[in-house]
Amino acid sequence: MQENVQLQVSGLKKQFGAETVLDGIDLSVHKGEVVVVLGPSGCGKSTLLRCMNGLETPTAGTIFLDGEEVTSGGKLITRLRQKIGMVFQSYDLFPHKNIMDNITLAPVKVQKRPKKEVEEQAERLLKRVGLWEKKKAYPRELSGGQKQRVAIVRALCMNPEVMLFDEITAALDPEMVREVLDVMLELAEQGMTMVIVTHEMQFARAIADRIIFLDHGHIIEDLDPESFFTNPNTQRARDFLQTFAYEKRRTNE
Amino acid sequence: MGLNFEFMQKYLPWYLDAAVLTIRIAFFGILFSLLVGAVCSMVQYYKVPVFRRIVSIYIEISRNTPLLVQLFFLYFGLPKIGVVWSAEVCAIVGLTFLGGSYMAESIRSGLESVEKSQIESAASLGMSKALTMKEVIFPQALAVSVPGICANVIFLIKETSVVSGIALADLMYVTKDLIGLYYETDEALLMLVVFYLIILLPVSVLATLLERRLRYAGFGN
Repeated sequence: MQENVQLQVSGLKKQFGAETVLDGIDLSVHKGEVVVVLGPSGCGKSTLLRCMNGLETPTAGTIFLDGEEVTSGGKLITRLRQKIGMVFQSYDLFPHKNIMDNITLAPVKVQKRPKKEVEEQAERLLKRVGLWEKKKAYPRELSGGQKQRVAIVRALCMNPEVMLFDEITAALDPEMVREVLDVMLELAEQGMTMVIVTHEMQFARAIADRIIFLDHGHIIEDLDPESFFTNPNTQRARDFLQTFAYEKRRTNE
Repeated sequence: MGLNFEFMQKYLPWYLDAAVLTIRIAFFGILFSLLVGAVCSMVQYYKVPVFRRIVSIYIEISRNTPLLVQLFFLYFGLPKIGVVWSAEVCAIVGLTFLGGSYMAESIRSGLESVEKSQIESAASLGMSKALTMKEVIFPQALAVSVPGICANVIFLIKETSVVSGIALADLMYVTKDLIGLYYETDEALLMLVVFYLIILLPVSVLATLLERRLRYAGFGN
């Protein structure tokens, strides 16, 4: 198992001022594995993800991708980020570029790949997410769900080895959540290594190979989804899951 | 009141020459203002150490001294330390000194209006700082900056009327000259206003069109 480790997080600490957000995270993500990170808000889930592609500099600890250190700083991170795709809650498409240009910008300008080849790949991916006819549209003309699917395609077009998803359905209307999650399920089936932060419990259960539960900057659960959702080890996780369960309170008298 | 059309016709060439001078000073002054403004706004945006302080000091001095005073300094002051520039060079340098700070502030407000998440999203695609500025930040900043830049352009064209103070034969100078020589005050002033309008109205219309175009190119997520 060890030789298959793609992303290795060791002793990761992150402080913002006096506040400790991550307090010693050790985590190995294997090739093709789908890890879902759960936890109450403010537990450090997003910070963990942002450290993984160098958007945050850790206070201590290391992160390695395929044996190269993400946390080393400097120029290396720009190269490593090409191997780590990231999708954000707020989509962050470039509003002044149309969909096709949004997708091809980085592969052409950063990876110096021929435009034609990138456009062919973009066409395949856009067709797969059902948005090929939007290739000339601008982000403002798209719905939230459509924007988020484009953001996924944009990240995929860099041919990353790992994909990070930071609460990407949190800002979407309920009926748009599905179309985005389906794209992620398909990615998982194709063997993409993924680290996902989400509040969609059903989805987490369906897509995850492993559930990581974070609380106060520590990993307090590291289980397969069935065990986590049916029989977590800690009271904290049980309480957390309880907040997603509703009981019928009003009865017809 | 009868206007002396013969007089107006006779001195039209003076006004045309003066207009050419006004336009030339304005054109180069504004062009260099934009360059100075772009550089200064980048220094402030990226918080470049030391230079950042120098730029803030420059902006404060530039915005809080009248153009005429700046021109006097360049035209009468500098020769005392051996720097002698022609009046026209002084006018262009002076206008740039003034305009640079105004442009810097307009461009900076545009740069700062671009969401941090846009920059992170570019970074996560492996884009370098320079590429992010060129492809992501600058085009979006421009849309926000354009109204301010256009206002500055019009302001700077009007400010050129001050260069008559260092004996440059611009529209203002010619007008004062003709009034002094012939007392045809109404005619001279009328021509002055008309010439400024001929120069400024097209710029103003162009600015409005540009702003509208950019607004409706309507980025906005």
